[in-house]
Amino acid sequence: MLGQSTYRISFSLKIVMALITACALFLLSLLLGAASISLDDLWLAIRTPAANSLTLAIHEIRFPREIAAVLVGSALSVAGAIMQGITRNPLADPGLLGLTAGANAALVLSFILLPSIPYYGIIMVCFIGAAIGVLLVFGISSLNKGSLSTFRIVLAGSVVSSFLFAMGEVLAIYFKVSKEVAMWTAGGLIGTDWTQIRIITPIMLIGIAAAILLSRELTVLSLSEEAAVGLGQKTIRVKILLFIIIILLSGASVALVGRMAFIGLMVPHIVRLFTGKDYKYIIPMSAIVGAGFMLFADTLGRTINAPFETSAAAIIAVIGLPFFILIVRKGGKSL
Amino acid sequence: MIAHKRILRKRLLLIVLLLVLILVTSVVSLLSGDYSISLHALMQSMLGNGEPEDELVLFSIRLPRITITLLAGAALALSGSILQDITHNDLVEPGIIGINSGAGMAVTVFFLFFPIHPGSFAYMLPIVAFIGAIITAFLIYLSAYTKQTGLHPTRLILTGVGFSAALSGLMLVMISSTDSMKVDFIVQWLAGNIWGSDWPYILSFLPWLLVLLPMTLLRLHVLNLLTLQEGNAVGVGVAVKREYLYFLIIAVALAASAVSVTGGIAFIGLMAPHIARFLIGSRAQSYIPVSLLVGAWLLLFADTLGRVLVDPGEIAAGLMVALIGAPYFVYLLVQKK
Repeated sequence: MLGQSTYRISFSLKIVMALITACALFLLSLLLGAASISLDDLWLAIRTPAANSLTLAIHEIRFPREIAAVLVGSALSVAGAIMQGITRNPLADPGLLGLTAGANAALVLSFILLPSIPYYGIIMVCFIGAAIGVLLVFGISSLNKGSLSTFRIVLAGSVVSSFLFAMGEVLAIYFKVSKEVAMWTAGGLIGTDWTQIRIITPIMLIGIAAAILLSRELTVLSLSEEAAVGLGQKTIRVKILLFIIIILLSGASVALVGRMAFIGLMVPHIVRLFTGKDYKYIIPMSAIVGAGFMLFADTLGRTINAPFETSAAAIIAVIGLPFFILIVRKGGKSL
Repeated sequence: MIAHKRILRKRLLLIVLLLVLILVTSVVSLLSGDYSISLHALMQSMLGNGEPEDELVLFSIRLPRITITLLAGAALALSGSILQDITHNDLVEPGIIGINSGAGMAVTVFFLFFPIHPGSFAYMLPIVAFIGAIITAFLIYLSAYTKQTGLHPTRLILTGVGFSAALSGLMLVMISSTDSMKVDFIVQWLAGNIWGSDWPYILSFLPWLLVLLPMTLLRLHVLNLLTLQEGNAVGVGVAVKREYLYFLIIAVALAASAVSVTGGIAFIGLMAPHIARFLIGSRAQSYIPVSLLVGAWLLLFADTLGRVLVDPGEIAAGLMVALIGAPYFVYLLVQKK
C-alpha cells in the first residue's frame, strides 16, 4: 500500500516535470526560427497581435504551427501507445501500419471526386481512409491462422502502405491533381492556420480524453486476451472503441500535417521506461512527451538548415530508426 | 537422369516461350504511346527507310527505354532470387529490405552535392549507387546480427523495413533544402520512373550486368547448395560463410546498378523468382534463368502499361509494379504459416 502511494507521488512528479519540459520546448519553438523573436515581441503578439508585422507573423504563422505540433505529437503518440497495447506488438505505429497511407489515398480520391471539399470534409475523408488502411492491415495479418505475429503485422503494414501510396500517386497523376496532393501531404506543419486548429483541437482532445478513460481496460487487454475475458471485460466492444480512438487521432493528424511515421512507435517506448506497463500512466505521459518531442523535431527542422525548412517527419524518421532496430533486436519485446 | 533431362527440356521450352513473350511485348511497347506508330512504319524503319520522325521516336526514345527496362528487370529478378535462396526466406527482396533506398540515398547525395559532369554522370551513377547500397546492406546486416541466433531472416527483413522508412525520411530532409528542379528529379527517381532511357545509361549499366551475370550463372550449383540447411551445405564441402558473402555482394551490386538507372523499383525481385519456381521447381540451376526472363518481362509490361494508361504523360513503372506486386505479397503473407 505504502509502495503504491509513493509511486503515485513520484508519477505526479514525473508528469509535472514532463509538463514543464514540454512548456519550455513550446516557448523555445516560438522564439527560435528563421526570424528571430524576442520575449517582448512574443508577449506583445499574445496581447495585441495586430501591433506590427512581426507580431502578426507570430500570431498567424508561428502560433498555429506550434500548436499543431503539440496536437499531432500527442495524438500520434497516444494512438501508437493504444495500438501497441491492443496488439501486444511493440512495433505498432500509425505510420507503419497503414493508417497514414490509407488517409493519404482517401485524400487523393477526395481531391478528384470532390474538388471543392471544405476542411471538415477532408477530415472525415481522412478518418475513412485511415480506417480502411488499418482494417486492411489487420485483416490481412489475421487471415492467417494463429496469432497476430509482430513480423506479419509489420510486413503487412509495409506492403499495404506501399500499395496505398502507389495507388494514391497513380490516381493523382491520372487525374492530374498531384500538385494539390503534394502541397497537402508533403507540407508537414507548414501552413497550418487557426481555422484548421479550431476544427482539429476538439477531435484530438476528445480522442485523448477517451483514451485516458479506457486506459484501465487497455492495461488488462495488453496483458492477454484471456485475462481480459476472465476479468469480465467485453473485449470486442473495448477493442472497437479503442480502434475508433486510433482512427480519430491518426486521421486528424494526417488531415493536419500529412505523413508522419515513427513518433507513435518511439514515444510510448520512452515513456514506458519511466512509468512501467500501466496504461493509466502511459497514455497521459505519452501525450505530453509526444507533444514535447514533436516541438523539438519541428524546431530542429527550422533551425538546422535555416533559412530552408527540414520537415519534422524526416527528422523523426531518422531518430526513429535506431529505436526500431533496438526493438527488433530485442526480439520484439518492449524496451 | 531421365527426370533431369525432362527438366532441362522444360527449361528450354520456358525460355523460348518467355523470349517470344518479351519480343511481342517489346513490339507492342514500341508501337504505343503518346506518338503512335503503325506496324508497317515500324517495319520500314527497321529496314532503314522509314519516316525520320518515326525513326527518332523508335531508336532514340523507345528502343533505349525498352532495353534498359529489360536489363533492369532481369537484374532485379536475379538479385531477388539470390537473396531468397541465401536467406532461406521467400519474402526477401532488394526493395523490401532497404537496399534500394540505400542506393537511392547515395544517388541523392551525389546528385545534390557533387559537381555533375554531363560526360561522366551516367557512368558514375551505378558506382555511387553500389557504394550506398553496400553500406546500407552492411548496416542492416550489423543491426540484424546477434551472437546467439546469427542472421535471423525475420530480424533481417524487419530491420530492412525500418531502414527503408528512415532513409526515405532522410532523403526528404536533403531535398527539402534544394531547388525545385533537382527535387523534381529525385521525386521521379523515388517513384521508379525509368529515367535513364538513353544509350549512355545503357552503356553504363551493361558492363555491370556482363560481369555479374556470369559470376552468378556459372556458380548456380553452389547457390543451390546454399539453399540446404547450413550443416548439410558444410557437409558437402561448401565454405558457407564465404559463399554467402560472395552472393550477397553480387545481389547488392545487381540491385544497386539496376535502380541507379531506373529509380526505386521494388517487388520485381520478389515476384519473378516465385513465378519461375512455380513454373519449374526450386532448384537454382533450373529456375534462375527463367526468373531472369520473367523479371525482364514483368518490368517491361509494367512500364508499357504505365505509358499507355495516361495520355499525355505516364505513370512511373515503379508505381505500376507496386500496384501489381503488393497484392501478390499479401497473398504470400496469407499463405505462409
